[in-house]
Amino acid sequence: MSILFKGRSQGAHSSKIGMFQRINMFFVSHVRQALGSLGELWRAPLASMMTIGVLGLSITLPSTFYILVKNAESIAENWQQASEITLFLRKDTQSKDASQLVTRLGLWSEIDSVTYIPAAEGLIEFQQQSGLGEALSYLDENPLPDVILVRPTSQNTAPTAAKLLLDKLNRERHVEVGKLDIKWLERLHGFLSIAKELIYAVALLLFLAVVLIIGNTIRLNILSRRDEILVMKLVGATDAFIHRPFMYTGMWYGLLGGLMAWFAVLLLLWWMGGSIDALTAQYAKNFDLTGLDVTSLIVMLGLSIFLGLAGSMISVHKHVRSIEPK
Amino acid sequence: MIKFEQVSKTYPGGQQALRKVSFHIEPGEMAFLTGHSGAGKSTLLKLISIMERPTVGQVFINGHNLNKIHRRQIAFIRRDIGMIFQSHQLLMEKTVFDNVALPLVIEGYSRKETTKRVHAALEMVGLRDKIRSLPIMLSGGEAQRVGIARAVVNKPPLLLADEPTGNLDPKLSMEIIRLFEDFNQAGVSVFIATHDLGLIARMKYRSLTLKQGQMITDGLSEDWDSSESKAYDF
Ligand SMILES: Nc1ncnc2c1ncn2[C@@H]1O[C@H](COP(=O)(O)OP(=O)(O)OP(=O)(O)O)[C@@H](O)[C@H]1O
Ligand SMILES: [Mg+2]
Repeated sequence: MSILFKGRSQGAHSSKIGMFQRINMFFVSHVRQALGSLGELWRAPLASMMTIGVLGLSITLPSTFYILVKNAESIAENWQQASEITLFLRKDTQSKDASQLVTRLGLWSEIDSVTYIPAAEGLIEFQQQSGLGEALSYLDENPLPDVILVRPTSQNTAPTAAKLLLDKLNRERHVEVGKLDIKWLERLHGFLSIAKELIYAVALLLFLAVVLIIGNTIRLNILSRRDEILVMKLVGATDAFIHRPFMYTGMWYGLLGGLMAWFAVLLLLWWMGGSIDALTAQYAKNFDLTGLDVTSLIVMLGLSIFLGLAGSMISVHKHVRSIEPK
Repeated sequence: MIKFEQVSKTYPGGQQALRKVSFHIEPGEMAFLTGHSGAGKSTLLKLISIMERPTVGQVFINGHNLNKIHRRQIAFIRRDIGMIFQSHQLLMEKTVFDNVALPLVIEGYSRKETTKRVHAALEMVGLRDKIRSLPIMLSGGEAQRVGIARAVVNKPPLLLADEPTGNLDPKLSMEIIRLFEDFNQAGVSVFIATHDLGLIARMKYRSLTLKQGQMITDGLSEDWDSSESKAYDF
């Protein structure tokens, strides 16, 4: 409705037009502007690709690291659950005594399961994993002791309970030494949390850079269409109306950059997949690399669209306002 | 329709473009604004379309004080004013249709309504056949008429024109003025700034004259005597 002239209708606010039609027209005009902005990107493919590329890569990097750390964490979780106590038996232990001990331990209420690894078997496994192979067969005698792997029940996996159990096991006659290695687990957790914090910091900086880059791209866009903006203001366009195509441009940058990032992460993880599998197979049996699901796609797209919109929003508010007809 | 009350305008550089200007143009009136180059004609029109704000004094449109209009409302004020410029201000990479449709697109008219009104506006200025042309393919007079079609396409109650006949020959200038007369007949208030005195002299319209920012005459162009029209030389 006109401010100056009572009763003069302005455009779509005419009373002749129904509610439904008005909403419909609102959407039609938005879709038209969105497609128009996409067309603008298409008309300068090289420049658009570069902006999208910067945005995509800036999201790819932290996303990949984030997914790797996330997975390392879930592996570490597995380890904590199955925390084992390794008992090294005295060198002079007879195999008869050893198997007796295994049977006895199997009856303890604190213990879930017991695995006996005789020295000879241990050597073969070591030969395979270490790659030393034939070199070990030149040894006069097997340097390894017999080993019993003790897996506590779930109530006894917590560090203090496991320590009590370890003390009890250490008092067994044939046990040379028992080892419950929690220290390195704690170190791993410490390392992972530092890595995570570092990733957050790097991501934050990269995102900031993306906002600035998009803001600058949109600024150049605005300046190159200065004359058009002037004319639009002269014939009564609101700032919001002038902002819209630029906001849509930001949104498209975000969407396309996000898609690119997702594909790049997929590609990277697939490429690293072989070595990750080999690594994880040694530690956890049913391990799947997570992070490539629909949720992560939505999060990445959402994030990059948000960055695109943020960059263009800052730019339009700053620059469209300063273009005034004189 | 337009009322100035003791309006002065001093530009940031210290240039005083208007001094204590007062006048009143009635609804439905058609009037001319004349004066030598630099007299303040464009400045006066800019105060009406809020491209500039007065330093002192008040400007009213239809009884509304423009000093009370907030920055955000300016766009809506301009939708009520059809503006025509000497440098027609067309979008060079858009077709004639798109140029004329711009005010309607901005106001959110439907596609159908837009097409209908653009056709009608181009019909009025006699350029129906140029609808798909680009502005560079038009002559000066044609481009000016496209600008007029754009100014009237949303049927504003007020038309402002700054040197609309600026670099057109006398015959074309007269055609443009006839167009304005048609709109005025339809009830639109028209206010035209020009220093083409020959053009005004042939018609019986109210004419306001500025000299160095001051309003020196206000009356029918017919009534001018030769001494007054010699008050300034072009
Ligand atoms: N943006 C501005 N900043 C400073 N001074 C200005 C500005 N615009 C106009 N002026 C000055 O104000 C005075 C009036 O200018 P204006 O453009 O209103 O004159 P005019 O009557 O339209 O002249 P012309 O017939 O040449 O178009 C002139 O002295 C001009 O130099
Ligand atoms: Mg002027």
